Amino acid sequence: MIEFNMPSLGADMEAGTLREWLVKPGDKVKRGDIIAIVETQKGLIDIEVFEEGFINRLLIKEDEKVPVGTLMALIADGKEEAIKPALPILEKEAVKEKVIEKITPVTIPRTVKASPLARRIAVEKGIDLTTIKGTGEGGVITKEDVEKAIAPKELLPAEKKPTATENIRMAVAAAMSKSNREIPHYYLQTKIDMSHALAWLAEANKTRTIKQRLLPVVLLIKAVAKALTEVPELNGYWQNGFQQKSDINIGFAISLRTGGVMIPAIHNADKKTPDELMQALNDIIPRTRAMKLKSSELSESTITITSLGEGNVELVYGVIYPPQVALVGFGCIMEQPWTEHGMLDVRPAITVTLAADHRATDGTTGSRLLMAINNHLQKPDML
Amino acid sequence: MTETEVKQVVEQLLKKIAPDTEPANLQPDDDIRHTLEIDSFDALQFVVALDEHFGIDTPEEDYGKITTLRNLVNYIMQKTSEPGYHK
Repeated sequence: MIEFNMPSLGADMEAGTLREWLVKPGDKVKRGDIIAIVETQKGLIDIEVFEEGFINRLLIKEDEKVPVGTLMALIADGKEEAIKPALPILEKEAVKEKVIEKITPVTIPRTVKASPLARRIAVEKGIDLTTIKGTGEGGVITKEDVEKAIAPKELLPAEKKPTATENIRMAVAAAMSKSNREIPHYYLQTKIDMSHALAWLAEANKTRTIKQRLLPVVLLIKAVAKALTEVPELNGYWQNGFQQKSDINIGFAISLRTGGVMIPAIHNADKKTPDELMQALNDIIPRTRAMKLKSSELSESTITITSLGEGNVELVYGVIYPPQVALVGFGCIMEQPWTEHGMLDVRPAITVTLAADHRATDGTTGSRLLMAINNHLQKPDML
Repeated sequence: MTETEVKQVVEQLLKKIAPDTEPANLQPDDDIRHTLEIDSFDALQFVVALDEHFGIDTPEEDYGKITTLRNLVNYIMQKTSEPGYHK
């Protein structure tokens, strides 16, 4: 039997709330199927399954909040005997997010002097009339008296649910604090001549419809991905030692318009053509901004790229997204004085920085990566 | 199409790209992308939307001609009045 647990969708995630099961016991699932929707600080995330089999039991109820790693469902992988009949969801103790407002029935003693309307409102709103001093004739409690009593009660701040923006802020805060606390960063930087890459791009875009046009960032992503095939020591996680990853999944930092950053993964970026990378961005950027991502996109990046785009900011010293061991940062492309073979020229140039985990690698490894990125950007037709 | 109509459509399309901003408050000579904090990806989506709406073709080398509301509106007016323009 395969255990399906609440996945960790980033170093900052401690718990998730199951919002919806998209499967029921007996359903067949295969790798990549979305079987649940879980709410995290990063929005509603489609949770994929990575095994094949039949759903045996669902162990968590919808709207339950459970810590990362909690068993959520059992999936029969076919090695067991016949699938058992569907069982009801097990009762489990868990943090319930929904708090049902308790309404205490109110009875009004006959001795209380109150107008009929005041009585009716008091019953509807659950106000104890014996606690109210009447201001009507002969001390009778009026409608106004009851309303005054209700007002402060309703004004009490209801348990404030953080907004999506606040949630993202907290998620970024948690991940970046962890990074700064635990990862001894080292930084390297170099300048790269972008004239060949931009010339190639301008030519390439002439033959493309506007919807197919490439942005310079796809060349940067591809150059980093190819460089990582040569310097794989920077592609992986630090978890009880360095674990190199064979897939190169580029986490691409996307800033949200309302503040905060999300880093969805572009899977196997080294194997994608620039056009395929552009398609991936066209798909992933709007979904990130709408906070509609899949679990694999949030949890499988092996390195992060942050690109400042256009805006005249020259360079960025990044903060590594744990448990990754490196982050490549690109400033904006700007015209700069450039010397080559003793001649002075003006070229479009970009400053690339590497922030890397000194537990996993040293500066010589980092230098090799930056040199490899440079080499690839000088041969854009090979990207 | 009048200049005011073109301006209204441009503002609507910008609002779709940057819903948290007020494109109607743009001054004619404000740099659109800078003022509304539109990144290169969204800028491309905006040009796609313009081309689709007005039935024009904006080559990459013309991006420099559409940086402000004033020159963008002029650009569209000119493109849509060219002989051979069919929406």
